[in-house]
Amino acid sequence: MTPKALFAASATVALLFALPANAAELTIGFSQIGSESGWRAAETSVSKQEAAKRKVNLKIADAQQKQENQIKAIRSFIAQNVDAIFLAPVVSTGWDSVLKEAKEAKIPVVLLDRDIDPSGKELYLTAVTSDSVHEGAVAGDWLAKTVGDKACNVVELQGTVGASVAANRKKGFDTAVAKHPNLKVVRSQTGDFTRAKGKEVMESFIKAEGGGKNICAVYAHNDDMMVGAIQAMKEAGLKPGKDILTVSIDAVPDIFKAMVAGEANATVELTPNMAGPAFDVVAAFKEKGTVPPKWIQTESRLLTAADNPQKEYDSKKGLGY
Amino acid sequence: MTALLPRRGLAQILALIVILAVDRVVSPQFFDLRLQDGRLFGSLIDVLNRGTPVALLSLGMVLVIATRGIDLSVGAVMAICGAIAASLADSHGLPVVLAAALGAGLICGLWNGFLVAVLGMQPIVATLILMVAGRGIAQLITEGRIVTFSSPDLVWLGNGSVLGLPVPVAIALGMLILTGAVVRGSALGLLIEATGGNARASELAGVGTRAMILSVYVWCGVCAALAGVIAAADIMGADANNAGLWLELDAILAVVIGGTSLFGGRFSLVLAVLGALIIQTMNTGILLSGYPPEFNLLVKAAVVLAVLLLQSPKLSGFAGIMARLRGTKP
Repeated sequence: MTPKALFAASATVALLFALPANAAELTIGFSQIGSESGWRAAETSVSKQEAAKRKVNLKIADAQQKQENQIKAIRSFIAQNVDAIFLAPVVSTGWDSVLKEAKEAKIPVVLLDRDIDPSGKELYLTAVTSDSVHEGAVAGDWLAKTVGDKACNVVELQGTVGASVAANRKKGFDTAVAKHPNLKVVRSQTGDFTRAKGKEVMESFIKAEGGGKNICAVYAHNDDMMVGAIQAMKEAGLKPGKDILTVSIDAVPDIFKAMVAGEANATVELTPNMAGPAFDVVAAFKEKGTVPPKWIQTESRLLTAADNPQKEYDSKKGLGY
Repeated sequence: MTALLPRRGLAQILALIVILAVDRVVSPQFFDLRLQDGRLFGSLIDVLNRGTPVALLSLGMVLVIATRGIDLSVGAVMAICGAIAASLADSHGLPVVLAAALGAGLICGLWNGFLVAVLGMQPIVATLILMVAGRGIAQLITEGRIVTFSSPDLVWLGNGSVLGLPVPVAIALGMLILTGAVVRGSALGLLIEATGGNARASELAGVGTRAMILSVYVWCGVCAALAGVIAAADIMGADANNAGLWLELDAILAVVIGGTSLFGGRFSLVLAVLGALIIQTMNTGILLSGYPPEFNLLVKAAVVLAVLLLQSPKLSGFAGIMARLRGTKP
């Protein structure tokens, strides 16, 4: 062994021993679903930012939308004896055995963004998720407040048929506007959560409702469909945001661009910051043994053209949406 | 024109008329047209405009199917080419953007054609490879996000107008005439049909079947590229996850509705495009009807079944009517 190699080896050993010295910081493994959407990418970047803010050592494993990859990742986190595991479950069932393994290793598991089936409630510490029924209600309440007592025909762009988020956002909105007899959902059709379908469906709504004259507001289950619908309205010679009010959900950067241009009115944020509250819960649990409630609901912020959309756009555009 | 529109188109035209009539019933303003910013505006124009991607795909698909092949990758090729066009749109001129996107489509077609014609793979398997991998390639290009652009030239391709018609419709019409002129203005169409009818016999008779198969896949790729550019231009952005998703199935359906057999042989370009229009007339009708979206796919399936039954030679009653209309024996 040359002196140089010896030095390198001893430096490595020294480094290994030096590590536990500043190990007051937490090591957390995060099994992320994969890059299924822009929001998911933003969630990953925000998780990294939040971890850096708290000096948490965050290990992210990308599961490429496969449960078996997530289970493998969790097992490897257990083997590494991390302080906590975050899991964004790709499906709601089939987690019992791997979560039991984590429990036996005394590693708390926090679910992010999605819940799992009730049979496993005692197997995880808490779930940090958004309430999509509440998101729909926030959108509905905003519309009711903005319209006042005026009669208003609403058209609705639904998400993918069968998706629970779509059903929940519809339910929340319907419940909110049901209290106001002047608001009526006259048409509701699926736009599959995409821009292209949102545009196509809005085109048909405009034709079916007297060239758009009978439409007072559009509600879309996500911002992407609304971006498509805004284009359809412009091409029909209507002024979105003025002739027809818009409210949608998610708060992706492009909806703020539309707000800056005066073409969109409101969006309800599905925050990509699920990891932030989860870090705090884990820290409190580790330090003081505080047991959190089983469900931590993230805030569904209402953002309108009055809330400095340019600033929101700038803060979100780099997150990978 | 007789070369382009054979007598067997009657069932399709009848189907289109019936669906148009149903659309008129569910939506009284269906045939209303007006000018909006120098562009025709109305449900009929929506049918043509929204039907354009599938019509373009079916132009390539019908030739592939005529050689007894199939191309499952067209939806993914749309996503790739749309992603390329959107990424280049704001930094390059329209000719560069188009050349890059169509070039990518051509390469995708060459790849499929190579696997099928040179390596002798079964078309459904060979094109399945690009169907799966292509969407991944598109996602790599867009980095998983929706790439937006504001280049007015490319936007014009999706939302502009030529003589009152939307540009996409004009492009599809141009492509139909071009493809028709090439395959029916020469013996090419006949050679493609011969390849599909019996490749071995055609080979022995001196038809370059390998070149025929390669070239139809290339053309299919170019048509898909054009459809992808138009789809991206339409929403001013490339959505790699959703652009062209499942459209390969609609394109195959359009070809089948157009009366071309999946076993290859005789084909009709005009009827394939008509098939695409039938599908879109139905889709637009469903959207206008105001039924809950849960019914969309059911209605679509029922109508497609009805149209295909209309064409079924075994359906003797209809065959009898056709025979009497034509004045020939069934």
